[in-house]
This record gives sequence, C-alpha cells and structure tokens, in this order.
Amino acid sequence: MSTTAPVTTPTPTPGSASTASPRRRRPGGGSPGLRLGAVLVALVCLLPLAVVALKAFEAGPSEVAALLLRPRVGELMRNTLALVALTGTLATVLGVGAAWLVERTSLPLAGLWRVLFVAPLAIPAFVNSFAWSTVLPGLEGLGGAVLVTTLSYFPFVFLPVAAMLRSADPGLEEAARALGLGPWRTAAKVGLAQVRPALLGGVLLVALHLLSEFGALEMLRFPTFTTAILDQFDVAFDSRSGSVLALVLVGLAVALLTVELLARGRTRYVRVGSGAARRPARARLGRATPLALLAVTALAVLAVGVPAWVTGTWLTRPEEALEPTVLWPALWSTVRLALVAALVTTLATLPAAWLLARRRTWFGVLVERVSYLASSVPGVVVALALITLSITWARSLYQTSAVLVLAYVVLFIPRAMVSTRAAVAAVPPELSDAARSLGDGPLRTFVRVQLPLMLRGTLAGSALVAIAVSTELTATLLLAPTGTQTLSTAFWEASASLDYAAAAPYAAALVLLSAPLTWLLLRSGPEEHTP
Amino acid sequence: MRRRTLSATAAALVALLGLAACGESTLEAGDDLDSSKLTIYSAQHKNLTEEWGKEFQEKTGIEVQVRYGNDSSMGSQIVQEGASSPADVFLTENSPAMTTVERAGLLAPVDASTLAQVGPGYAPSSKDWVGIAARSTVLVYNPSKISEQDLPSSLMDLADPKYAGQWGAAAGGADFQAIVSAVLATEGEEKTAAWLDALKKNAKVYQNNIATMKAVNAGQSAMGVIYHYYWYRDQALNKSGSGNTKLHYFKNEDPGAFVSLSGGAVLKSSTKQADAQKFLAFVTSQQGQQALGTTASKEYAVGRDAASDPALPPLDTLEAPQIDPFTLNGPEVISLMTKAGLL
Repeated sequence: MSTTAPVTTPTPTPGSASTASPRRRRPGGGSPGLRLGAVLVALVCLLPLAVVALKAFEAGPSEVAALLLRPRVGELMRNTLALVALTGTLATVLGVGAAWLVERTSLPLAGLWRVLFVAPLAIPAFVNSFAWSTVLPGLEGLGGAVLVTTLSYFPFVFLPVAAMLRSADPGLEEAARALGLGPWRTAAKVGLAQVRPALLGGVLLVALHLLSEFGALEMLRFPTFTTAILDQFDVAFDSRSGSVLALVLVGLAVALLTVELLARGRTRYVRVGSGAARRPARARLGRATPLALLAVTALAVLAVGVPAWVTGTWLTRPEEALEPTVLWPALWSTVRLALVAALVTTLATLPAAWLLARRRTWFGVLVERVSYLASSVPGVVVALALITLSITWARSLYQTSAVLVLAYVVLFIPRAMVSTRAAVAAVPPELSDAARSLGDGPLRTFVRVQLPLMLRGTLAGSALVAIAVSTELTATLLLAPTGTQTLSTAFWEASASLDYAAAAPYAAALVLLSAPLTWLLLRSGPEEHTP
Repeated sequence: MRRRTLSATAAALVALLGLAACGESTLEAGDDLDSSKLTIYSAQHKNLTEEWGKEFQEKTGIEVQVRYGNDSSMGSQIVQEGASSPADVFLTENSPAMTTVERAGLLAPVDASTLAQVGPGYAPSSKDWVGIAARSTVLVYNPSKISEQDLPSSLMDLADPKYAGQWGAAAGGADFQAIVSAVLATEGEEKTAAWLDALKKNAKVYQNNIATMKAVNAGQSAMGVIYHYYWYRDQALNKSGSGNTKLHYFKNEDPGAFVSLSGGAVLKSSTKQADAQKFLAFVTSQQGQQALGTTASKEYAVGRDAASDPALPPLDTLEAPQIDPFTLNGPEVISLMTKAGLL
C-alpha cells in the first residue's frame, strides 16, 4: 500500500433526521440480500487477516516465539517505531504549519500553495525516494527515510487540517478572545481543539502508510517490518517466518487505530445550529511575510520541485530514448487493472453504504469498520495471505489477475466507501418512494432514479481507487500474473538496477496518472474554497 | 452543462471498461497464464531469458511465457506448488535453489544428449538438472578509498575489524547467499557464523549487486562483494557505474574465488516434457550459449564448444575452490543468516 490517496477522510454522516426517523423500512433498505452482501464483503476483507494468523500459528507457540524473540525483530521494531514517531512528528509540524499559513494568515498566493502542498500525493513515495537518491547519492538510513517519507506524506496532515481551518466556526475563537484569552492561548485552547480530529486522522494515515511503505525504504537501505517480510518472501516465498512478521505488522496497525481512537476521546465536535456563516479572520503577517514566503517556498521546492525536476532531467537526457515496446504494455496493464479494480471495489461498497445511509445500525457500522480494519493492513500482508490462500485452497485462482484485483479491493475499499456513502446518502428516499408508488419495480427505480443520482459520487470514489491501484507496488509485485507488468513494477525493476534511463518514463507516467488525484482531493474538501 | 459532462464521463468509463474486457482476450500484457505455452520460471536475467525464449521460439515454433523471480523465492515457490506447479522449466542463477527443488523430488531427468553438450562437472550425478552458465565472485573496490596492497587476501579477512564500515554486499539476495554457501562448504559452520556476525556489524547491506557496485563507484563504500559480470557489463556500456572501480580476484581457492553454477531443469509435473527438454537442449547448445555473448550478459559459457566473452579472464585461471555445486546448502545458509540477524 505504498500509495498516495488517503484511506479515510472525514466520513460524511447521514443527516440526523434520517437516523432518528420513525419511518418504516425503505424498499431494499435493509433487505436480507443487502445484509448478506455487506457481510460477504466484510468477510472477504477479513480473510487475509485470518489466513496470516492461521499460517503463523500453524507450527505452535514455541516456534512463533523463536521467530519473534530474536534481535532482528527488535531491530525492525525500533526502526519502524522510530520512523513512525519522527515522520509523524515532522509531518504534523509541517502539515499544521503550512495549513495555518495558507488558510489563516495573509500569506500571498494561498490558492497556489494549497495546490502545491497536496501535489506530493501525486508522486508515489518510491519515485520520490529514487529522485532524492539521485540528488543526494549517499542518502540512506533513518535520516534519509524520515526526509523522504515526511516530504511524501505530510499532505495527509495538511489536507484535512487545512479543510478544517477553512471551515471552522470563527465564533468560538471570537468568544474565547472576548472572554479574555490572548491570541496564542486562543489558538492553543480553541483552535487546536477544533483541528484535533482532522489532525489525528491525518497522522494516523501517515503512520499507516509508513507501516506499509516498501519501495522508498528498501531503496534507502532502511529495514522495517514490511521490507523484512519481502526479504523473507525472496528467500522462502510463502514462509511461516514471513507470516509471523506480518502478524506483528498487523498488531502495529491495530495499535495505531486504537491509539487514534483513544486520543480522539469522547469530546463532541459538532455544533448545534448552523454557526456563524463567516470566514475565519486571517492573521496579518506584516513584516513576517517574506519569512513565511521563504518557508512555504522551501517546502514546495523540497516536496514537489526536487522529484519533478529530477524526473524531468531523466526524461530529457538524449541517450535515454523511450522504449515504447515496454512502456505501452505496462501502461495498458495498469489502466486495465485500475479500471476493473475500481469497478469491483465500488460495487463492493454498495451494500454497506446502502445499509448505513438509510439507517445507522450497529450492524452496518460493524460491517463498515471491519472493512476499514482489514484495509489498514499493509499490502504485503494481504498479498502474502492471498498467495497462501490461492496456492492451498483455490488453485484455479492461483496466479490469476482475479487474485490481484481481490487484493486491490481489500486494500482500497475505504476510499470508495467514503464517496459511495455520501452518494447514497444524497438520494432522497422520497424520490424512490414516488417512483415505486408510480409503478416502477425495484430494479427500474434503481436504474432510473437512484443510479443517476449516485453516479457522480461513486465515480469520484472509483477514481480514487483507480489512482491508488495504478501506483500500488508491494501487492502487485507479489501477485501479478505471469507476464504482467504494471507501471510501478516496471519502475521498480528499472530503479532496482539504478537504471535512471529505463525508470524515467515509468516515473513520468505514474505521476501523470496520479495527477488528477490532487484535483479530486482539493475538490472533495468539506467546503468549496473561495479565493 | 454539468449533466452533460457527467454523461460523457460515464460513457467514457463504460467504453474503457468494455475495451478492458476485450483486451482480456486479445492483448498479451496482463493476460493470465496461457496453459498452451511452455512456461518458464526464470530467476535468470530478463534480457538473457528473453533472448533464449525468442531464439527458441524462432527455431522450434514452440511458444514460451516467462515468470520472473529470484532463486530462493522461486525454488520454494515450486516446492509449495508441488505436483500442480504451472512451471515446465526452471532456470536459476545459482545452484542452491535448484538443489532445493531437486531434493523435493520434483525434477525430471535431463536428456543424455543435453548433458553431453556441457563440459564435465556441469551437471549433478543425479542428472536431474544441467548447468547453463557460470559466474565468479569478485571484490570490487574503489582505489581512491583503499589501495591495492591494503585489500584483504581472503574473503574471510573482511571480518577483520580494520575493514569495518568499508565494505558492502547485497546480503538479502540469492547471489550473495550462494557465496555464503561456498563459505559454509569450505570453512565450516562455526567460522561462517562468525563471518556473518562480522558482516552484520561491519558491512553495509545493499539492495542488490548493482547498488553495491555503484555505491563503491561513488565512494560510499570502499569495497563490495559481487559477481564479476555486473562490472564487465557496465564497463562494456558507459562505465557510469564502475568507472572509478577495479576488480580484485581472490584466487588461491579462497571461498571468495567461488564460481557459481546457474542451472536449468524440467519439472516432473510438466505436461510438456518433450518441449521442455527441447528448451534445455537449446539453452546448452552452441547457439544458446552464444546468447550469453550476444546479450552482453558477460556470464561464463558452460557449453562444450562455446567460448566465453573474450573480455573475461578465462574460467580456468580463477583458481576457484573445489566445491561441489550440487551439495551447496540453501536452507542452512538461510538459517545461519537469520541467526546473524541479516534476514
């Protein structure tokens, strides 16, 4: 899951009116078919976790203990935790700082910076890492890993925090000031409290991406659990020791989710009523303006300038002609896999989204959360599990693209779920009722009324999945059918032999394919911005 | 306006999906395994395997498809796939992975006429597989970082604390693991374990041989343990990754002079035994061995009548240790390296 789109963004909650509504169950709203579908999807998402656990414990606790309690695991744990702590902190500082400058100060060209600070998401971390290794050939270890991953992942913090700062109710801060708090204490007590959920969500995303990052870290010679699992795969294919390491990785992911949940606490962040319909005031930077401009320029140059410039120079070197015979098939495989996976993933989100949009029951929430949990598991774990599964129990599927698509579905379901839920929630039940009462059957109602209304939202979700798929590396490396190469795996192969010439076109294609992501993410914020 | 964009987007999406569905049957890239073709599991280099596949197809009309991977990974994969492995032919870069598959009893005997095409000592006594190429261990060094007279005289001397931080290797790769298996075969378990501990403490672990060589070239490491052909290949191209470096051959039957044998075999479970045997016969034939030269792979030829690339020092001048490549132990090496914390 060394990819770039957020796994969770603030989830749209259906209006409280429909939750508390005493109305009868809508046609299809909670039908057994839908429930069955939702449960099936959730079970499929859980399958990899179960398989990895089974495989790891196959040999009994003593062997598991022997595999776990060795210095190498300690080293991997230290590396992984240090990376999460350092990059998490730096990403918070950069993300919150940049978001505040862009949204709450008189910084010139706010619109430009807003785009530039989301743009790194369009550059896969393993491409960024390769670019930085070209600029600083000695870059390696923890320092290198922190540098590259911070620059690649700070937008995960910037994006939600900026959105929150843009739309937050200025009334609270005004009240705090009126009650005698100074500007700094207001920012600390009220401002920080308002952005806390967005910040926590963003940091969680950064941490989950760090757990699953492979390419960037392998290149920088910084071993973590994910790179070690791939080493195990190289040595022994589908091995027990790999599964034991994978289980530790799952444990770490679950721990992160729990910590985030606890840190979020029970504080209510909602307000009653529509609040003040005003933009928050912007702090005047005054004479600090040049300094602030210098800071944002430096960040933009490091995060976007360096990888863009390096990829550009690779491309323009004369001896490095494009090799269309390799590029086109890889591009075509990538696009095909991305489209099929996007379609299947979106379809898979429909049952749960439908259940949740109509009625927020514990059942629906459980089904949804289960799929989120499975998706926060790194791609390498899902891939390993699906290999075990297909080689042992489903040989007809072994090494087929069906298994690869299944991995993508499990990994990227939350991206589609967010949009699908919003889309389903946007269909007024009254319209369907009207269609039904006028004589349309359920299918006809779906096609004529519900589908057109949902199309826009589900398309956005599908696009997010498609982009995630086209830059996925780890699961694709393990699961690609014989003869299939995607842009990421082709880039990986060329970059592993440090062949800049061969890697450049794939890098450029990957960036071009993910570029629409920036646009989609900017547009899908909770509120359209006005310049 | 918005509605129109929406319908256009939807139409485009449907069209693309339709196209994707059609592609399923018409396009080669991305297709799932085609059971009518001869399937080769290759841990050998891509351009070399491709050249063999292409020339074989031209010569015999038999279509091939290749799945690429690494020695150890693919060896274990075939063992796990067992009797229903999709592979017909297995090609390795080093012998330990082949031995793993052989010991699992999954290989069919190689045709006698094929075995007769390679020189003596290039096939195991079981005749279950055949050598297809060879490569030599070398020490690549950067003369601006370490002078020739300061170089270690044996691979084992790299464990000396005076070389701490000065050398690197691709310890996670099958190539290096084969070299360790040679150390194990010549020096025994205890010395090997101590040497691996020193490696863990003193050496930099790189992603692969090329990364190791380029790090030495850039002066980030003074020395690196690699196979010879990466260096000769770069020298023949533009020297961008090796221009600042030289090679040191340990010779003297040192484990660092180990010559590793790449292997080819037919899977017992293959339903295309005759075609698979033909492929091995082709690879070891004069034409097949010449591909080692035409693809500039710079690996040593093992065919009876095939000459190796003239840029290489002849194989019989390398004073390689007398190691039986057919007894090299993959699993024990991996367990030793795991104990040393390298894996």
